[in-house]
Amino acid sequence: MTIAVPATPAPRKFGIDVSKPVLYGFAAVLCVLIVLPLSWLFLYSLTDAKGSLTLANFYRLFSESAFLEPLITTFIIATTSAIICCAVAAPMGWLVARTDLPFSGVIRALVTASFVTPPFLGAIAWELLAAPNSGLLNKIFRSLTGAEQDVHLFNIYTMEGIIFVISCYTFPYVFVLVANSLDRTPGELEDASSILGGGRWYTARRVTIPLVLPALLAGALVAFLQAMTLFGSPAILALPAGFHTMTTKIWSLFQYPPKPELAAAASLPLLVLTVMLLRAEHMILGRRGYSVVGGKYGAPRLIPLHRLRWVAFIVCLLVLMLPVFLPYAALFNAAFSPVATTFLTWQNATLRNIEFVLFDLSAASLALKNTVILGTATATIGTMIAVVIAYVTARQAVTGWRVLGFLATAPIAIPGIVLGVGLFLSYTRPPFVLYGTLWVLLIAFVTIALPSAYQQLQAAFRTIHPELEDASRILGATRLKSLWQITAPLLRTGVIATWCFIFVGVMRELSAAIILFTSETKVISVLIYDLNESGDLGAISVIGIGMLIITFSVVIAVNRIPGFGNVRFRT
Amino acid sequence: MTKQLTKRDVLKGAGALGLSAFAVRVAAAPAAEAVTPALIEAAKKEGKVVFYTAMDLQFAERLGKAFEAKFPGVDVRVERSGAERVFTRIGQEYSSNIHTVDVVNTADQAHCIIWKRNGWLAPYVPEEVAKYYDKRYYDPEGLHVTTRILISPIAYNTNLVKKEDAPKSFMDLLDPKWKGKLVKAHPAYSGTIMNATFEIARELGWDYFVKLAAQNVMQVQSATDTPKRISLGERAVMVDGAGYLVIRYKEAGQPVDIIYPEEGTPLATGPSAVFKAAPNPNAARLFQNWMHSREAQQMIVDSARQYSPHGQTVEKLGVRKLADIKLMKEDPEGVHAQADAVKKRYAEIFKV
Repeated sequence: MTIAVPATPAPRKFGIDVSKPVLYGFAAVLCVLIVLPLSWLFLYSLTDAKGSLTLANFYRLFSESAFLEPLITTFIIATTSAIICCAVAAPMGWLVARTDLPFSGVIRALVTASFVTPPFLGAIAWELLAAPNSGLLNKIFRSLTGAEQDVHLFNIYTMEGIIFVISCYTFPYVFVLVANSLDRTPGELEDASSILGGGRWYTARRVTIPLVLPALLAGALVAFLQAMTLFGSPAILALPAGFHTMTTKIWSLFQYPPKPELAAAASLPLLVLTVMLLRAEHMILGRRGYSVVGGKYGAPRLIPLHRLRWVAFIVCLLVLMLPVFLPYAALFNAAFSPVATTFLTWQNATLRNIEFVLFDLSAASLALKNTVILGTATATIGTMIAVVIAYVTARQAVTGWRVLGFLATAPIAIPGIVLGVGLFLSYTRPPFVLYGTLWVLLIAFVTIALPSAYQQLQAAFRTIHPELEDASRILGATRLKSLWQITAPLLRTGVIATWCFIFVGVMRELSAAIILFTSETKVISVLIYDLNESGDLGAISVIGIGMLIITFSVVIAVNRIPGFGNVRFRT
Repeated sequence: MTKQLTKRDVLKGAGALGLSAFAVRVAAAPAAEAVTPALIEAAKKEGKVVFYTAMDLQFAERLGKAFEAKFPGVDVRVERSGAERVFTRIGQEYSSNIHTVDVVNTADQAHCIIWKRNGWLAPYVPEEVAKYYDKRYYDPEGLHVTTRILISPIAYNTNLVKKEDAPKSFMDLLDPKWKGKLVKAHPAYSGTIMNATFEIARELGWDYFVKLAAQNVMQVQSATDTPKRISLGERAVMVDGAGYLVIRYKEAGQPVDIIYPEEGTPLATGPSAVFKAAPNPNAARLFQNWMHSREAQQMIVDSARQYSPHGQTVEKLGVRKLADIKLMKEDPEGVHAQADAVKKRYAEIFKV
């Protein structure tokens, strides 16, 4: 940080100082949330089925090809996806943020659309599009070229297919990080370079690119972690192709007879790798934080693309066809056609799937209810916790604030399925028997959401200068009153964005839910996964479209509430 | 996380709970029970029944709706998954003391052996079962009743394969011309496939699966998914799966047809049971009773296109009679003893 944050005056003691109990309370809650499942995970990984200490689980993990192969496969998928995501998202982020690309708002909106699309739904849609024989794209290809029945252009049931689908729904993370970073990079730095005689490309190479590099690196890391810990897409595409990834392997260890010790042991490599990568990022970036906070800089200057403007726009649209237009079209087609991969015509259109989902599917209403309850509760509770912690750390309001910040960020290192296993082990036994209730899912979802919610809100707090609060307090307001009257209104946009972000995250969540659900606490993502296993693609399409409509309505509705302004997602 | 209990454990547990008198009494078959107005009234008070099943989703919901129409005020919630998944789920829930299942219908008799041994099932013999079901279709202690009889034949897409080129036997599927054209369901998901895998391995040897795996088989989970895949044309031939769905799709005009393999067609019977700790005990009994009535059983034949154990159901034309099919022999005790080994061996051969 280039600007020193004004030292906060020592907390004044008006009446009872509640800050200490608040700090300890939150720290205790966070400890239980994170430390409890991880302890059980470690303990289980070191015991055998009878409960005595052993290293046999790890020995099996690293000696049997049934475990080694998925580990290697996962590594390949994650690395390749991260590279593809960066290669696509970085130029696109630059085009949108720094050039006079036409309709850049549309491009941003479409990236948001691919972000809120659950990856497992995208995977199913791509099954409809690119299954080698029945896939719609392959059918079009054969009818255009007159190729034989066996010939196909795409085969989604391959390693390449899985990497492609994962990249489709992971690149928004990189895009948002890069575009936000470019948005915030002051134009003056580039101006300075130009004034000193640097050409446009020289400036780009020596100033702009180094400035975005941290964001790009962070994006690559996030993409890698996402691809590594995703459960839905590999479960849908890898099993038909005949291989496992680490997440599908862990999940298969829960089938009868369940082997939680092995599942715990298999979770640990994912955890260790995540922690190592986060450390590595920290070491590489180290103090080279180029975050350019505060100050009043001019807007970045847009680079004119001239005739290439429209070419660039069309290329962006073509790229966004892959995660958005094509999959949505395939889902729409499957929802209304009699057989999932038959092309829809006026003659064959049917409402049977919709009738089935609305009137016959008896598990749907409960799953919808659970999802909405969990989405709302997680978003509300998660935002509240994140606001408090972000306030405490941003204003350094109590001693020991660093610990809180660390605890709130720590879950980022715990992949969803690992957390699921840990929570399963923790909450199926006394003193907290929560398995089978919505509480255990709520705990899982809050824990998963906390790091990004905290980071978003901390960034929001940083944009509000403490002087404003101080002014209010000098004029006689109490801390709470100045928070309520000054800080809260300024924070509103950030809080709403965080709430939406968490809500969308709950709709997308499958990897922890698949371990933790019971029939009474099933959520929509799990219901869709169940339907996929029995091949009920028509029903999936209807539910999937419904899910997208709910998600988009929530995002748009919140955006439209007067005074809330434009909410933009940040990760 | 069901512990493998021995008979002695169960008796000990029962004794400790002061149920030893009961444990002695279950040895005799309980009296058959009719649907009484009192039962209907009590079921309506409970208002719902939770039905865990491995039936195909469309039919399970249709069955539920028919029950709701007959007994208004009692809603059926269908929890459908593969039989092995249903079994895992119940085990996981029961070991955490979560009792949500009222009635279960699986596709693997071996499950009932374990549930019975764990002491989880309630004895209940519906009136029509005692009257019209052959003794081999229900437990002597009245703990479970066979609801439907399933076969797992071969089937193919008639647009992609001409009738004369279609495979006639399991051995035919090893022909190189089927490489990359086969789709198969998974024994760790589906009870039908667990039984089929066990029976095929017994008749043809595990070596058969090793050779089959070299054919680039597309691996899906559910026995109800393989008929869908060949109907979509995603693969030309299904190695195993729900024969009844192939018949249903064929009758709906889709390009699929069934083949009864020369070596014999794998057989799995699907039993149902009421759980002792059912949260809606009366609705559970009402549903179990109705599901084995002639009315519901005729639906199993006419609408699900499965075979019924009920002596008075009428076979519907257009499908080969069960008696005319060369069947592989079902062996619940064998499946029970070897289920874990089958899953392990299968995962080694097919990699998933």
